[in-house]
Amino acid sequence: MEMPEPRPEILANKAGLIARLQSVLSRDAVIEDPAETQAYECDALVAYKCAPLAVVLPSSTEEVAAVLRICNDMGIPVVPRGSGTSLAGGALPTADCVILGIARMNDVLETDYDNRIIRVQSGRTNLSVTGAVEEEDFFYAPDPSSQLACAIAGNIAMNSGGAHCLKYGVTTNNLLGVTMVMMDGTVIELGGAHLDAGGLDLLGLICGSEGQLGVVTEATLRILAKPEGARPVLMGFDSNEVAGACVSDIIKAGVLPVAIEFMDRPCIRATEAFAGAGYPDCEALLIVEVEGSDAEIDEQLALILKIARRHSPVELRESRSAEESARIWLGRKSAFGAMGQINDYMCLDGTIPVSQLPFVLRRIAEMSGEYGLDVGNVFHAGDGNMHPLILYDANKPGDLEKCEALGAEILKLCVEVGGCLTGEHGVGIEKRDLMTTQFTHDDLDIQMAVKDVFDPKWLLNPAKVFPLDVSGPRRAA
Amino acid sequence: MDVIETEATLAERLRDAQGPIRVLGGGTRSIGRPVQGEALSVAGLSGVVDYEPGALTLVVKAGTPLQQIEQTLAAEGQRLAFEPMDHRGILGVDGTPTIGGVVAGNVSGPRRIAVGACRDFLLGVRFVDGAGRIVKNGGRVMKNVTGYDLVRLMAGSHGTLGVVSEISLKVLPTPETVATLTLHGADGERALAAMTRAITSPFEVTGAAHVPGPDPAVHLRLEGFPGSVEYRVQQLKFRLSDLGEITVETLPERNVELWRRIRDVEALQSAYALWRVSMKPGAVYSGLLPALEQWAQCDTLMDWAGGQCWIALSEDEAVSLAEAHGIEDAAGGAAWLHRNLQEAVADRQINQGGGGHATLIKGPDALRATVSVFQPAPAPVATLAAGLRQRFDPQGILNPGLMN
Repeated sequence: MEMPEPRPEILANKAGLIARLQSVLSRDAVIEDPAETQAYECDALVAYKCAPLAVVLPSSTEEVAAVLRICNDMGIPVVPRGSGTSLAGGALPTADCVILGIARMNDVLETDYDNRIIRVQSGRTNLSVTGAVEEEDFFYAPDPSSQLACAIAGNIAMNSGGAHCLKYGVTTNNLLGVTMVMMDGTVIELGGAHLDAGGLDLLGLICGSEGQLGVVTEATLRILAKPEGARPVLMGFDSNEVAGACVSDIIKAGVLPVAIEFMDRPCIRATEAFAGAGYPDCEALLIVEVEGSDAEIDEQLALILKIARRHSPVELRESRSAEESARIWLGRKSAFGAMGQINDYMCLDGTIPVSQLPFVLRRIAEMSGEYGLDVGNVFHAGDGNMHPLILYDANKPGDLEKCEALGAEILKLCVEVGGCLTGEHGVGIEKRDLMTTQFTHDDLDIQMAVKDVFDPKWLLNPAKVFPLDVSGPRRAA
Repeated sequence: MDVIETEATLAERLRDAQGPIRVLGGGTRSIGRPVQGEALSVAGLSGVVDYEPGALTLVVKAGTPLQQIEQTLAAEGQRLAFEPMDHRGILGVDGTPTIGGVVAGNVSGPRRIAVGACRDFLLGVRFVDGAGRIVKNGGRVMKNVTGYDLVRLMAGSHGTLGVVSEISLKVLPTPETVATLTLHGADGERALAAMTRAITSPFEVTGAAHVPGPDPAVHLRLEGFPGSVEYRVQQLKFRLSDLGEITVETLPERNVELWRRIRDVEALQSAYALWRVSMKPGAVYSGLLPALEQWAQCDTLMDWAGGQCWIALSEDEAVSLAEAHGIEDAAGGAAWLHRNLQEAVADRQINQGGGGHATLIKGPDALRATVSVFQPAPAPVATLAAGLRQRFDPQGILNPGLMN
């Protein structure tokens, strides 16, 4: 992965930078010792590592502003970091950057049930937002797999999704307002507790901008009343095509499940060996979950099961208790861990039109054969967001490169069939160099023009999103 | 008027433009400061490009009539769930509303509180910027975080950043059954309490509106499968029983009619000037409405559980305002109220720290030309917006001044 050369004058003036940072932050909030900065050398995309020049851990919006003013003044690149769970290398440092970690800012600032909002500092973890309101039977809907660890700041940066977004949407649909610090230290507020923008929808633009337009320090989020109950049903099919057709029929029938999860045979076998959830040994498996009161759930599941039976399932398992529900979800929730148990893996995130599912799965299987690397598929079928897991051996020379090449081929396939490179993980550095397969020069140019407006010196989260040769002239300017 | 038939022609036309252009779809939503410029209509860019009912996705050209889209979807038992408002009634115009106009104004309806706004249902757009460059952003899949999100930026930008040529949308199934609970005699805090209880319940209320007047009422809509709607009607009725008399409407056509009237703000059609205020519901009831009472006699209608407040000023009242404050004419009287509303919405005492905006939706040209139709943004945010306009439309030819 090509990264820009660190600027020697920045490296040479580390002491000057540290002194200025220490003048605005408490002593323990500035980390400069290489033994300690190493802890920030990568995020969850562990294949790439680079220790930053320094790390700062501010405690307030004012401190964030002070840090950014200094870095802007000195021309130092800044990499904002939530919890470091990005699978796309969204928080990968450069050697001449300051990591701005938001982890100490995790307070709940306001909960207002009547108006269905919570305002939090952005370092708060996703799951602990729900944790703050669940006693009153409320929840925060977006639920990325990493929700135990990932920060709201990172969710906003990547516009994170989750298993339940078929019904509840992704981060951008649940984000009402932010307090954001611009690279020059200006603090702005976008949105609020109300439902739409009074002028241009800059909030919508910020969400998913991968920390390249500003540093979000506070967020106002929509909280929702918890449904009375939820229940999953598990279905096994003897082909991916049939499972795909079943998904489409369920959606067409007017039921809107909260989740439709799909696992293919390689993935089912791996999770069975790992978690022993009692999944059937079949080609494809669906977990469909619906919500409501008991009677409402019965009504919806009856319809779903009727549709499923038309597709001759090899297995239909309806949950009768909380325990059975947990067992149905167990395998799905441990799928990534299970795959990791077998091998190193790379998790892709392309999205495709749902109708292309059978074709894409068949092509992935063929490519997997050609490259000699196993691929398991576990994904959100209702919205076409695929997560092919490519297994490789990090200790085997050349295997990572082969895995990346296969990953790139799969993502190109997603784009070819009318989909996109990333559905919920973000571009980061991982998909950066593939951007030109999805976008034309003009498509990318206008996105970069947005960056010019918000961060004219291109200091925020350098070397992400845009291919380096495409962004080169702007970064040099 | 220049009627464009293809995206390529549109691009050429904008590339070669010599002066300001007034962008139109069906011309039924003339919101914003009046624009001087040559009219350019995208109504000729029309038709369904792709529709996959099983994937809940629809791709259409921007000039496609909304009615055609609704019919196409209805044939498959689906709909645009964000329930876009029809502005023809309140603006007193004819014409054919297009999907492009809906997107340009981020136009939504009562269901916004449950499912999201127009911008939440947009999967992708193609547009031509002010330099004549064809740009695509987003796509036609449900989840997409590839690159910056210009889709939401385009929604509600009123054609000032680019001219949208093609739109991908998420659609949803139309539920089998609908019912509306009406709480009679509920006004003020009691109306707010009813709506708040309803939307903070687990019963997925898809409409919560308060219609004041001599016979005030709160309407609450439930949709879904028959058994489920019946169950939730009973539950909700029970939870609201201490607030007054409740009746339930289950006839489909009456429900459609009731919510169409609320969606299109029909009760306030005769207004001389009409504002749409967006704030959190609590701030509307305890901050804005008491302040408004001090200033003028206005009719109001609250949607989105109180989060969207329509304020109508009659011509007579505008004249009295003008007289009372020593201003020349009715437009001046309305302008006085306009400034008060926008200041109130920006006041943290009134918005309770939650922000908001007051937008003038309807008013004579004389009024719209002299006030800031859209809520003025604080300086740093206004600078960002101006910077974006400068990049997307370097010559300043697209609906210039419309959002200023």
